[in-house]
Amino acid sequence: MTSLRYEVADRKRPAALDFWLRWEVLLLVLLAAVMVVNSRLSPWFLDYYNLMDSTFNFSEKAIMALAMTLIIVTRDIDLSVASIIALASVLMGLAAQAGAGIPLLVVIGLATGLLAGLANGLIITRFQIPAIVVTIGTMSLFRGIAYVVLGDTAITAYPAGFSWFGQSYLMWSIPFEFALFLGLTAVFGFVLHFTTTGRRIFAIGNNPTAARFSGIPVDRYRLALFALNGLIAGLAAILLTSRIGSTRPNIAAGWELEVITMVVLGGVSIVGGSGTISGVFIAVFVLGMMTFGLSLMNVPGIVMSVFVGTLLIASIAVPILIRRALRR
Amino acid sequence: MLALAGVSKSFPGVKALDDVRLELRAGEVMALVGENGAGKSTLVKILTGIERPDAGGITIDGSPVSFGSPHDAWLAGITAIHQETVMFDDLTVAENIHMGHHPTLGRGPFRRFVDWRAMKARTRAVLARLEVDIQPDTVLRDLTVARKHIVGIAKALSHDARIVIMDEPTAALSQHEIAELYKIVGQLKAAGKAILFISHKFDEIFAIADRWTVLRDGRFIGAGAIGEVTRDELVTMMVGRRLDQVFPKITVPLGETVLEVNDLSHPTEFDGIGFKLRRGEILGFYGLVGAGRSEAMQALFGITKPSRGRVRIAGRDVVVRNPSDAIRAGIAYVPEDRQVQGAILPMGITENITLPVVDRVNGGPVLRPARERAVARRFGERLAVKATHWDQPVGTLSGGNQQKVLIAKWLATNPAVIILDEPTKGIDVGSKAAVHEFMGELVRSGLAVILVSSELPEIMGMSDTIIVMHEGRIRRRFSRAEATAEAIVTAATGGG
Amino acid sequence: MNPSTHSSRPSLASLAKRREIVLLVLIVALLAAVGARAPVFLTPSSLADVLTDTAILLMLACGQMAVILTRGIDLSVASNMAFTGMCTALLSKYHPELPIVVTLALAPLIGFCLGAINGALIAWVKIPPIVVTLGTLSAYRGMIFVLSGGASVVTHEFSRPYLDFPRQTLFGVPALLWIAALVCAGMAVFLTLARTGRSLYAVGGNPLAARYVGIGIERCQFLVYCLSGTIAGLCGYLWVSRYAIAFTEVAFGYELTVIAACVIGGVSVAGGIGTVSGCLLGGLFLGIIGNALPVIQVSPFWQMAISGLVILCAVIVNSRGEARKGKLILRDRSPSEPQIRPETA
Repeated sequence: MTSLRYEVADRKRPAALDFWLRWEVLLLVLLAAVMVVNSRLSPWFLDYYNLMDSTFNFSEKAIMALAMTLIIVTRDIDLSVASIIALASVLMGLAAQAGAGIPLLVVIGLATGLLAGLANGLIITRFQIPAIVVTIGTMSLFRGIAYVVLGDTAITAYPAGFSWFGQSYLMWSIPFEFALFLGLTAVFGFVLHFTTTGRRIFAIGNNPTAARFSGIPVDRYRLALFALNGLIAGLAAILLTSRIGSTRPNIAAGWELEVITMVVLGGVSIVGGSGTISGVFIAVFVLGMMTFGLSLMNVPGIVMSVFVGTLLIASIAVPILIRRALRR
Repeated sequence: MLALAGVSKSFPGVKALDDVRLELRAGEVMALVGENGAGKSTLVKILTGIERPDAGGITIDGSPVSFGSPHDAWLAGITAIHQETVMFDDLTVAENIHMGHHPTLGRGPFRRFVDWRAMKARTRAVLARLEVDIQPDTVLRDLTVARKHIVGIAKALSHDARIVIMDEPTAALSQHEIAELYKIVGQLKAAGKAILFISHKFDEIFAIADRWTVLRDGRFIGAGAIGEVTRDELVTMMVGRRLDQVFPKITVPLGETVLEVNDLSHPTEFDGIGFKLRRGEILGFYGLVGAGRSEAMQALFGITKPSRGRVRIAGRDVVVRNPSDAIRAGIAYVPEDRQVQGAILPMGITENITLPVVDRVNGGPVLRPARERAVARRFGERLAVKATHWDQPVGTLSGGNQQKVLIAKWLATNPAVIILDEPTKGIDVGSKAAVHEFMGELVRSGLAVILVSSELPEIMGMSDTIIVMHEGRIRRRFSRAEATAEAIVTAATGGG
Repeated sequence: MNPSTHSSRPSLASLAKRREIVLLVLIVALLAAVGARAPVFLTPSSLADVLTDTAILLMLACGQMAVILTRGIDLSVASNMAFTGMCTALLSKYHPELPIVVTLALAPLIGFCLGAINGALIAWVKIPPIVVTLGTLSAYRGMIFVLSGGASVVTHEFSRPYLDFPRQTLFGVPALLWIAALVCAGMAVFLTLARTGRSLYAVGGNPLAARYVGIGIERCQFLVYCLSGTIAGLCGYLWVSRYAIAFTEVAFGYELTVIAACVIGGVSVAGGIGTVSGCLLGGLFLGIIGNALPVIQVSPFWQMAISGLVILCAVIVNSRGEARKGKLILRDRSPSEPQIRPETA
């Protein structure tokens, strides 16, 4: 035995600055700024019912961002999510035209998403192809199938009660979609941060080789996460289709990039291994409130994308530049 | 030609070089001798501009130089043939040799354009000088490790380097190829180049070096002409103590057979590996780099799939399809490449230690930090890990402490057999001794240990039985009593 | 050693060549199949149309390939193209008197600036390429709306030379094709002959090794995004001129088609592997499918699904070709055993 006795503390002594440099805190400051500016600019902004209704605009994407977070933490990416929505929505539409009931529509939406996600995962893990390439392919394929089926027509023949998922409120004021997002945030946050599964996901994202050498079935995890991501996209398809009551093949076009923007703005490293659900949760509101404020000022959605794009880059560039300046 | 004086370099937790000097002369081969972790690699990194010294300076032909980048060193005429070749796998041999200094057409509007014909001709010429049959158009990925090495040498030759550093150039070569290399070294000498030859094979040093410098624990120990020193003197300087004193070998009575491997084979990496391992035994696997030892161990651990073979643990056949099967069967594998295969550097010590058994430690799918920390503390303290706190990222620890964390991690799986793959490679002397001491403790507590090492004294000092591999096959087996350094080295290089 | 095993294993270089040949054969087969159903497709004028339709994709793919070679990705090309297109369209609308040369100079310049923003953020601020170009994809697209106020520029608003220039012919070939040929040939020469071009392969293949031999990685990264941006800018004018309309959603989502052309052409997203010829074949393949569908009376809505399928097939085939061979330790079974000649002296 070595004679050397050495005391190792249980955990790091917290430094005051650490808290303020946390990404979530910075995001909260940003969110507060957005809220203040918006309420100054528009008298209708700080209205409870208005705010609640504004969540309709981002709840589906926000739900998808939760699953995408896990994908990005494990160093993968899924560009096909929006196309999965299109595919699931089209299949639900066909079923609705054939007279399917609401439970069957839900099953079809979820199953389509799950299978599409499984297909992504299987191709990626079986052939060891980078996820970005595979999902660019399936992105074309899934939406392509939607186009083949629908062409430039639309399906609007949904059963009467189907609009419940996307248009109803719980307790008179909370949109069901939003409540679902809150619930799923809790679930995803718990799994990622407080379970052994989450621990393994972080291990894979930080070092897939060492994770494999530690007995973690890395590819099985990745496959499962892609399947989950597909399933969540299927869920989003149900919500979206139900909310707008129609299906076109170009439904949810470009959403994959908006979802990824939410995740990255939430502080999840695009190279994997770090990030928190709480960060993504706050980022969802930063983007959502910004969009809502601008729409109150009648700024068109496409101009929004200038802000979103700049915010995405600035949120990553500014900390890097500050750190670099501090080091000098 | 080149001189280093008073060079020091520290890394977090380790003083890698302390007031080291070195002098190279034109037309001479300087052997740089030292154990793993003596500071040779750091010295090479400083010479090639990868690291900057904290103190001290380099002079070339009497005038001081400083290298801000590897390219500066390259421009100063220093080239290194690295152990792990840094090359471009998807490019041709010709481009690998000339990347960064392509021959160009040199005049007219296209003067910055690559002259492919000249490049291939030059490549052919330099390869011809080495008398090897490699085509300039071959893509590097299609070459074996040894041949890639030769391309590395060709690269150094093609550039008009004045100082050539060879960092264990023979490690992956067969005897035949080594003879070739000697001839090349002779050519370089004749051409008036200064050569820094790093090796810990003494036969080699006495065969080709003109002078020697010994480093130990990052310090300069001595230098002189090769004719004026004996092998024993060099060994004593290098090791600092006598061989039998260095290793705290503990012999415990051997128990029953815990692991039995029969005819483990792989299509391209190894063939017919078979051995028995008993409780309390340390089984040493020796061989040159690339002899297939790690590959065989990784197959045993379920990382790669063997083509055939039988593994019995405690008398029962087991099928290991993946590492988690292996862990369940009681096999632990501490890999050679700590940074890539072993540790998850950004994660904390606790998280690293509990990773393979995270469900078992937490008693279910929900994390319980207190339980985890207790396990980390128990195994971390057993290994005397030095850190400020148990959540400290492993990447911020010194190499020796990283290794201790990894051994702790695998002990926490409660194995019957622990495979240590190059456990003391690149760690400081203190940690090294601690690891050796700990191996004794392991066998005393009833484990069986497989030690894979390229360090002959370590293998001879620690093992009860020694298996020597060469080119994917078991060449010879020795008991502790019958093993001699000469016989082992002969077997490892394909002789005997 | 069995000599037959030696020849049966193709080297990687020949594999790459073989893939291009396979692609070429596929294209010929595709043409033949379409021609069998609709012989009109194979008439010179129809084939020329295919080429003109694909020219822009081919140029963009060349620029994208340079980016992918360095392990990067440029998702902003379509937005860049649309923005530059709108700039030139507005210029043509409000200053129809300006000579076409100004447009021809300005389009690449605007594209270059947008590309340089990407490049600077990636090379020196060190933000991952996918994040930067995802951000500028949104931002550049939104700027089109800001610039145009959401209005389109339509046919009669353009000046004549603006619309006519790409259609003017020289030796019977439209200017658009000449420009495309020049750009692609330029890229091919740059990537195979220029020192800097070769450095891109080094940067993507092994950044560490590239630094060892003194290649400025940041400089290379900056350069490729500028290149890709410049080409996108030029294509912006050509696109708007060809379709005679500029609006906010021009070429929406086209960046993925461009990347698809590269991937089908055998460019590895892991960096360091790819050729201009492969890229061109990949682009042509997509272009022919797009043009052939209406001819053989298949709904054009099939195009997207088919390209998706083709991309997947291409990457799966590539992954087989790139499969690692292991270390080949066992000498007597290794196909490429060192053959050092016995010492003669």
